[in-house]
Amino acid sequence: MARAVSSRRKTIVTIVAWVIAFVIFFPILYTVITSLKTEREAIDGISLIPSGTFENYVEVQAQRDYWKPFTNSVIISIGSTLIGLVIAIPAAWAMAFSPTKRTKDILMWMLSTKMMPAVGVLVPLYLLFRDTGLLDTRLGLTIVLTLVNLPIIVWMLYTYFREIPGEILEAARMDGASLMKEIVYVLTPMAVPGIASTLLLNIILAWNESFWTIRLTAANAAPLTAFIASFSSPLGLFWAKLSAASTLAIAPVLIMGWFSQKQLVRGLTFGAVK
Amino acid sequence: MATRQTRTLARFMMAPSVVLLLIWMIVPLAMTLWFSFQNYNLLMPANRSFAGFFNYIYFYTDPAFFQSIANTLAIVLGVLAITVIGGILLALLLDQPIFGQGIVRILIISPFFVMPPVAALVWKNMIMHPGYGVFADISRFLGLRPIDWFAQYPLLSIIIIVAWQWLPFATLILLTALQSLDEEQKEAAEMDGAGAVSRFIYIILPHLARAITVVILIETIFLLAVYAEILVTTNGGPGYASTNLAFLVYRTALLSYDIGGASAGGVIAVVLANIVALFLMRAVGKNLDR
Repeated sequence: MARAVSSRRKTIVTIVAWVIAFVIFFPILYTVITSLKTEREAIDGISLIPSGTFENYVEVQAQRDYWKPFTNSVIISIGSTLIGLVIAIPAAWAMAFSPTKRTKDILMWMLSTKMMPAVGVLVPLYLLFRDTGLLDTRLGLTIVLTLVNLPIIVWMLYTYFREIPGEILEAARMDGASLMKEIVYVLTPMAVPGIASTLLLNIILAWNESFWTIRLTAANAAPLTAFIASFSSPLGLFWAKLSAASTLAIAPVLIMGWFSQKQLVRGLTFGAVK
Repeated sequence: MATRQTRTLARFMMAPSVVLLLIWMIVPLAMTLWFSFQNYNLLMPANRSFAGFFNYIYFYTDPAFFQSIANTLAIVLGVLAITVIGGILLALLLDQPIFGQGIVRILIISPFFVMPPVAALVWKNMIMHPGYGVFADISRFLGLRPIDWFAQYPLLSIIIIVAWQWLPFATLILLTALQSLDEEQKEAAEMDGAGAVSRFIYIILPHLARAITVVILIETIFLLAVYAEILVTTNGGPGYASTNLAFLVYRTALLSYDIGGASAGGVIAVVLANIVALFLMRAVGKNLDR
């Protein structure tokens, strides 16, 4: 009897959960569907069954050179994340394995730089970039995004490294392993999962960053965020094309995000919720 | 355990990160502060002079300033209310046994990964558009007049879009926290005859307290800086109805070319964010001591 009640309850909960999930996911689903419609169909009332044309994807490339912002997004997000990792790994390492009294203060201070609102430094950065020729370059944007995400990278790595037991290091040292060997054979295999999660989350954050990427770029270095934002002034019927461009812009990180839910919680709460 | 040698090494390993962040924090901020005391307009770069507190007074007396502060707070508080309450409810729901839980989770978390310009444009054109949007279709189906969201309720529209983006975040964090709650504790409470409501108030809510704090504080940092969603939907209008502080500073700097005024606004934004940050640092800092 109890079993029957609980299974009925499970069915009801399941239905409610699926309905809510559908509503929340609907704007994304509808974007994908609209991208497969003709422009005429796109404004012709709700319909969840598109005629199935891939014309919009072809058009977006032909008319607006979609490939260029896409490449910019890839280069900038991966580039800034890799540079950030190279700078952050030694720092996080040192903090996790030879902590001092000040380690905590340094970590907190790093986090505090993340809280500085972008508009607070928009003016000087814009002028500096203008004067040094970094405005609208992939290099300039990569530098900015590296610095913007560096505190998060250090923090995430730190929370992962902290969990590697120090005794293992000591044991390796007892066995006479040199520092180099210690790093290559003992620590690297244990640190790789943490580094991989950090990489993934930061590529997502850099990919979606929508202040600096829009303000510091124009035609040349504009990544997808700026490219999509340029669709905001409507020129004729364009929803199906906008949907096609949007679908392509969000698909890579959406899929990456699905695989990194757990790391996301950890990374964005600085280890406070696991 | 740490010898002097390893300590020196540790310092070298930390140096690049610390130095870079130090430069990144101090140089632009010092420049902003400097510019905020200058008469400096990019249209008349030759007329640069010391302005004293003029820029601050100008910014302060601009009616748009107070409206932008009010709008900033409305966005932060509105989105927080929706996402925290909604997040708790959704987390409680998803913590139950469900068929296809993995897929439901994936669907619900998805909006968080949508870049802000896409989220805003999809909502603006396909969901909230008074002529062709889904909401308009539903209104007509119910025999009601469609609402012109961005003209009639610009701020509310932005709050809805931003809340859609952040609800998944709150849900995911709260669900993770909920799942770490001891199953036995819940069962024991149930056996003692505690009802669902008292179980929620006395066991679940206290357990979620830290996660809720973290959600509130992290969201606040991002919500204070909402920008792209405003840019592509209302562009701050009508008038200043949906201009927040971040957007006002951008407008002053890059549309009016008023470097001095924008810098003063930037300084105010930094001060505001720091007040909030102070609380966040405390909460996260406590957690480090564990």
